[in-house]
Amino acid sequence: MSMLMETEGLSVRPSLDGCIKCTICESACPYAAVTERFPGPKTVGPQEERFRHGPLSADWSVDYCSGCGICSRVCPQDVRIAEINSRARAQLKEQRGIPLRDQLLARPDWMGRLGRPIRPLFNWAMGTPLVRFPVERILGIHRKAAVPRVASRTFQQWAKRHPSHPAQDRVVYFHGCSTNYFEPRLGRMVVAVLEHQGLAVDIPPQGCCGLPLQSNGNFPAARTYATRLAHQLHRSPGEVPVIAASTSCGLMLKREAREILGVEDPALVDIAERTYDIFEFLRDLHEHGRLKTDFAPVELTAAYHAPCQQQNQLIGKPALDVLALIPGLKLVELDRDCCGVGGTYGIKKEKYAISMAVGAGLFSDIKQTAPDLVLCDSETCRWHIAKATGFTVVHPLELLHRAYGGH
Amino acid sequence: MIADALVIGAGTAGLTAGIRLAQGGLRVTVVGTGEGCLPLASGTVDVLGYTPDPVPSPLAALPAFLAANPDHPYRLAGTGGLEQSVAWFVKTAEPLGYRGELARNRWVPTVLGGLRPTALVPASMAAADLPAGGEVVIAGIRGFRDLHPALLAANLSQATSGAAAIQARAVELDWPGSAGDLPAFRLARRLEDEEIRRRLVAQLRPRLGGAAAVGMPAVLGRERAAEVHADLERRLGIPVFEIPGLPPSLPGLRLFDCLRRALRAAGGRLVLGSTAVGATLGKGGVDSVTITQASRRVDVRAGFFVLATGGFPTGGVVREPDGELREPVFGLPVRGPAAGEELFGDEYLAEHPLDRAGIGSDAEGRPLGAGGAPLASNLYAAGAVLAGGVPWREKSGEGICLTTGWHAAEAILGSRREDAA
Repeated sequence: MSMLMETEGLSVRPSLDGCIKCTICESACPYAAVTERFPGPKTVGPQEERFRHGPLSADWSVDYCSGCGICSRVCPQDVRIAEINSRARAQLKEQRGIPLRDQLLARPDWMGRLGRPIRPLFNWAMGTPLVRFPVERILGIHRKAAVPRVASRTFQQWAKRHPSHPAQDRVVYFHGCSTNYFEPRLGRMVVAVLEHQGLAVDIPPQGCCGLPLQSNGNFPAARTYATRLAHQLHRSPGEVPVIAASTSCGLMLKREAREILGVEDPALVDIAERTYDIFEFLRDLHEHGRLKTDFAPVELTAAYHAPCQQQNQLIGKPALDVLALIPGLKLVELDRDCCGVGGTYGIKKEKYAISMAVGAGLFSDIKQTAPDLVLCDSETCRWHIAKATGFTVVHPLELLHRAYGGH
Repeated sequence: MIADALVIGAGTAGLTAGIRLAQGGLRVTVVGTGEGCLPLASGTVDVLGYTPDPVPSPLAALPAFLAANPDHPYRLAGTGGLEQSVAWFVKTAEPLGYRGELARNRWVPTVLGGLRPTALVPASMAAADLPAGGEVVIAGIRGFRDLHPALLAANLSQATSGAAAIQARAVELDWPGSAGDLPAFRLARRLEDEEIRRRLVAQLRPRLGGAAAVGMPAVLGRERAAEVHADLERRLGIPVFEIPGLPPSLPGLRLFDCLRRALRAAGGRLVLGSTAVGATLGKGGVDSVTITQASRRVDVRAGFFVLATGGFPTGGVVREPDGELREPVFGLPVRGPAAGEELFGDEYLAEHPLDRAGIGSDAEGRPLGAGGAPLASNLYAAGAVLAGGVPWREKSGEGICLTTGWHAAEAILGSRREDAA
């Protein structure tokens, strides 16, 4: 166990003593800027936290935090503001209960598993305004919110029949729920790109990381999910790197399960330290002269948006570093912090308008740039941006796959 | 992670060095624990205000000031470097329209109604260089807790600008938007709405009388601040100036936004939330600096390193449990009160022994190690981490950061040119 995690894991609540009330976090919070329902990360965090003793919470406003984590990143005192607020939200939900809608949204694996047998009906219904109105009335899922389409075949079904690559160097692929049920094509591209580097890719059967449960305030279930996943991924031996292409789920394994949920299972601790974002891993390969650079030109203009949970990994923007190697590709770096969806936040009826207001700057930048493609590493952000702008939004890996000659 | 240059610290000094290096063609990464000090700063460029006597012209005062303070960070780039770095800054921060000159300090109002000296101000404060004799209106917003117009105007009327006293009159406006808590960042965003401005002006205009200018809290927009300011001046028919107050400071945030964009436009990378915690030295100097990430520490390798972590208040200098002062990333020795000596004096506003604490450097700005020689040939320091300045008393904070950040970048670019030749 590294010193860093040892101290960080313990220091979420005590870190509020470092708060000097400078309000940098409130000025940087994209949510407080657009809604008075969220008074700001300092107000509900380091400030109100002192009044959260025993069973009482100050008010509901902490529920209007999306968990984007920008506050913690900009804090010059390293106060774990977003983490304090995530815990406060769970405490609030524990007292007042979690609505059925949030229980459903918190389990993408359920949605995938239930949706698949009735896939044509599910996909049709979610794309039909006449159905979405009652869904909004009954469940509180906003009728205009982006909902993914369920795929005919899961990624795991494909992986089971995928012949193992005969290579010495191995990696474990943590694909997450979204790739499994909604975007299995992305998973196949990840495997192809990794195998192209001469790596063998282990794809153990795996469940949800528990992140949506955590952000919807169900910590006990989130802990169970995160621990179970760590054991599933841990079956692969030794120092093998774990690769994640979903940035929020990757961050869950790297830090949040430990820091926010306080999971200290040895399997998770071990996995946390060897989990890499796919582009972080590929950039490392390149810096060691091991990335294949047999790229075909890709004559496109692509605008890249780095999602919050990618930025929270503190790895810079490795997707831009790697994609810059592709000849012909013109990359535009979008300079906005948050698209507004916050995982499941922007899907909710009462938060949809806030979510759209937060993303407004990004959406207008995209329309002004008018790229051939928009790139974003996080699935919920991709769906939200695509729905809001009408542009095609793909994972940046898709371009790398194309440059390697993939289809 | 690999870069041509790694800059540690995302304040004025770090961003200046980072942008300048990226403009010079280097692949630059700037890492900072958080958003640094800019969002807390007034957005003005203070160069030299007191020596301790009030300074009419920073440029004219600098030679004598350096003779009296030979260890001051201003010695590194000298008068020429100061002029060049400030000219570079005005160009880099062009969207904010900085005005002023090094040959003359402006005296601008504080949020309590005092006057303080500064060399350059953004366009939104251009009219704050108050005319002697004329009347100014200080227009506050009821419910906004960070500027009290009656207090400000009363104090300002006692201050003198040149020969004649300033006549300041307070006006309090009702916020036309929804009631409730009105923090600066929210007011700034709402003021970007034309309808809100129209309704605010409708209250203010009949109360202007013969005022020559209007001072308002520094909340006049964030992204569209230039438009907000110009529109208010057009509707009111007289100059409007912002008065910076308590954090969060919109003028400081706008400058941070502007410099961050300049870094990105030059191809540099900014990683916020990551702290430098150590370094590895090799034969050729510093090999790598260790930074924190989400679940591990990584060594960032680079050809050049710039240390711009600030002074004691921002953790660039720390005090160990044994009382020793130390620079925490490279373990550099700190010039300042030794273990057991007093850090602070009795009077709050007097100079404290800790004020001048910082690291020593050679003429190039390279930090000195324990032996008194530069620790490494590829390590430079910039900003408040350098010993010898007392920015808050001298009113020299931005000047020191700009000129030393720019100087470090020039030294690095120069040594690359030498290597190439």
